[in-house]
Amino acid sequence: MKRTFSERLAILSDAAKYDASCASGGTEKRGGKDGKGLGSTERSGICHAFTPDGRCVSLLKILMTNFCIYDCAYCINRISSGTERARFSVEDIVWLTLEFYRRNYIEGLFLSSGIIRSSDYTMEELVRVARVLRLEHGFRGYIHLKTIPDASPELLAEAGLYADRLSINVEMPTEQGLSQYAPEKSAAGIRGAMGHIRQRMEAATEKAPSGRKAPRFAPGGQSTQMIVGADAATDHDILSSSSTLYTGYRLRRVYYSAFSPIPDASAKLPLIRPPLLREHRLYQADWLFRFYGFDFQELTAGRPDGMLDLGMDPKLVWALDHRAMFPVDVNRAEREMLLRIPGIGPRSVGALLSARKHRTLRLEDLERLRISLRKVRPFITTPDWRPVRLTDRVDLKALFAPPPAQLSLL
Amino acid sequence: MWRDHARRLLKHGVPPERVEWRVRSAQDDLFAEGEAVADVAAGAGGTVRRDCLGLLRRILCHTSEDRFALAYRVLWRSLRQPDLLRVATDPDIAAAGYLARQIRRDVHDMKSYVRFREKRSPGSNMRHFLAWYEPEHHILELVAPFFSGRFTDMNWLILTPKGSIAQDDAACVVTREVCVRETVEDETEQLWHTYYRSVFNPARIKLKAMRSEMPRRLWKNLPETDLIPEMLVAAQRRDFVP
Ligand code: SF4
Repeated sequence: MKRTFSERLAILSDAAKYDASCASGGTEKRGGKDGKGLGSTERSGICHAFTPDGRCVSLLKILMTNFCIYDCAYCINRISSGTERARFSVEDIVWLTLEFYRRNYIEGLFLSSGIIRSSDYTMEELVRVARVLRLEHGFRGYIHLKTIPDASPELLAEAGLYADRLSINVEMPTEQGLSQYAPEKSAAGIRGAMGHIRQRMEAATEKAPSGRKAPRFAPGGQSTQMIVGADAATDHDILSSSSTLYTGYRLRRVYYSAFSPIPDASAKLPLIRPPLLREHRLYQADWLFRFYGFDFQELTAGRPDGMLDLGMDPKLVWALDHRAMFPVDVNRAEREMLLRIPGIGPRSVGALLSARKHRTLRLEDLERLRISLRKVRPFITTPDWRPVRLTDRVDLKALFAPPPAQLSLL
Repeated sequence: MWRDHARRLLKHGVPPERVEWRVRSAQDDLFAEGEAVADVAAGAGGTVRRDCLGLLRRILCHTSEDRFALAYRVLWRSLRQPDLLRVATDPDIAAAGYLARQIRRDVHDMKSYVRFREKRSPGSNMRHFLAWYEPEHHILELVAPFFSGRFTDMNWLILTPKGSIAQDDAACVVTREVCVRETVEDETEQLWHTYYRSVFNPARIKLKAMRSEMPRRLWKNLPETDLIPEMLVAAQRRDFVP
C-alpha cells in the first residue's frame, strides 16, 4: 500500500531526529532585494520552535530515505532493524523545504540519508536536492548536507558549492567504539573525508597565485557528532577526541548526543536512560573550550576516573581544584583570569574590562551588570569586598543548579 | 516625536533634570519612533556616535514609561562624555543596556515565531501569506528589513496589536495602527504538525529548556504548541527501557 506524503514525512523525520545538529548560523550573509528567489541567512541562525526534549527546530531535518545497507548498531535505520521504511524524491524534499520556509517554520534544510546502492549514488541524490533548490528556485536559505564518507571528490566539491555546512559524524569517540558498533565504517575513512573538506574550505578562502578565486565551499564550516554513553569511552576520551577535531580538522562544532535507546534496539547496546546530564556537562566543557580559553585536558586532569563531575559545573570544579589562584581582583586581573571566575561569562568580562578603564569597580557595579554576587563573591575581591576563605565544595555546590539523579537501570 | 522634542531641548541647552517626559496613554502615537534618530543632535554643537544612536533607537522601541527620559539623559550625557557608552556599569548605561537587550530578545522572538498562513488569492500571480503576531515592544520598524529581505517572491502581511508590516510587489510598508486578529486555514500546517511530532525524541524530556527558549506568552499564536500535552502523554506510555 502506498503511504501518504504525511506518513512518509513522519517516518523520515523520526529517523533523522537522533542527529543533534541544528545550527543555522555562521555562514555568509545572504538576502535578496531584487524580488527574485527566496530566503536569507542570519549571522547567528534562528531557532523556530522547541520540542519538549529541549532541542530546537531550526532546519527541516530529514532523511532522503531510511533504507540503509549498513548495520550500525546504534542506528534505527540499520539494515537489521525492523523499522518502517520510506523514501522521498528530490522533488518532494524541494517542495517541502520551500513550503515550510515560506511559512517561517525553518531556516532551511538539513538533509541526510541512509546509504542505498552506493556511497556515490546516495551522495549524488543529496547534491541534486541542493542544486535544484539553489539553481532552479533561487533558494538563499541555509542548507546543511550530510556527507557520505566514501563519496567521490567531485561530488563533495559540488556539495560544497551549494551547501552552507557539511558534516560527517564520527559517531563514536574512539576507534574501538566505532569498529565495535559500526563494522562497515572506518575511522580512517571518516577522518580522511574531514581532512579533505578542511582543505577545500581553506582553499576557497585563499586566492590562488593566478589571482583566480577557488570556488565557494561550505562557508558555514563542518560539524560532527559523537554518541555519548553507548561505549566505554570516558569524558576524557571524548574531550580528547573533540580537541583533535577542533584543532586538527577545524570543525565549527562538535555535537554530543546522549545515547538514546531506540525502538527495536540491537542486543549489543547497553540498556540505560539517555545520560542527559553527562551530555550537558560535556557541552559545558565544550563551551569552556570555545569561549573561555580552557584546554580540554585541564577539565578532566583532576578527575581520577576521567569523568566530569555530574554534580557540578566543570568551571566551578576547576576553580575549586585551583583555589590558590583565587580570589581574583576584578580591577586588575587579565581577561584570561576574569574568564575563569565561576558565574562570570564572556559578555560580562568584556563589560568589566571596558568599564574599569573609567572607574574602580565595586560590588554594586557588578550588580548593575547583572552578575550574580551570590555566585561570584567567594572568588573575587573589590575595594569593598574580600572573601574570608574559599568555601569548600559542599557549600558551593548549593550555589549552582542542584543535580538530578542519573540512574543506570542495570 | 521624541526626536523633535529632544532636538529642541538640546538646542536650548535644557539639562535632563529639568525635563519631565509624559506619555498620555499607553498607545500614545505622538511618541512612536518610526523614523531614524540620526540627526537628533543637529545644531546642538556636538556629534553623537553611531553606536549611541543605535542604542537610542532600541530603547525608544521599549514600552517602558521611562524610555524617553532615559534616552534623553543618555543623549545629553554622551554629548559631554563621548565614551559614556563604554562605561557599562554607569547606572544610565546599565539601564539602557537592559532595555536594549529586551528589545533584541523581542526582535529575535518575532523573527522566530511569526507563522505565515497561505491566503488563497485567485487571479493573482503572486502567492499571499498572512500572519498574526503579538510583539511586546514597538519593534516593527526594526524587524521589517528582516522579513522583506527574506520573503522576497511572495506577498505577505503581518498583523499585530502594535501595527502591521506588509509587502507586495511594490514595497514594504510599516504602519502603527492597531490591527485586529485575522486568521485563515492553511493545509500545509498539518505537515508541520506531523514534522513537529516526529522530530521530538520521547526518550529525553527537558521541559525547562523548552520553556525558557519558547516563552509561554507566545504559545497561543503558535500552531504547534497545542500538540505538546498529547506528545508528553504518549512519551510516558512509550516504554523504551525494559
Ligand atoms: S550508515 Fe549506519 S548510521 Fe548511517 S543510516 Fe546507515 S545504519 Fe544508520
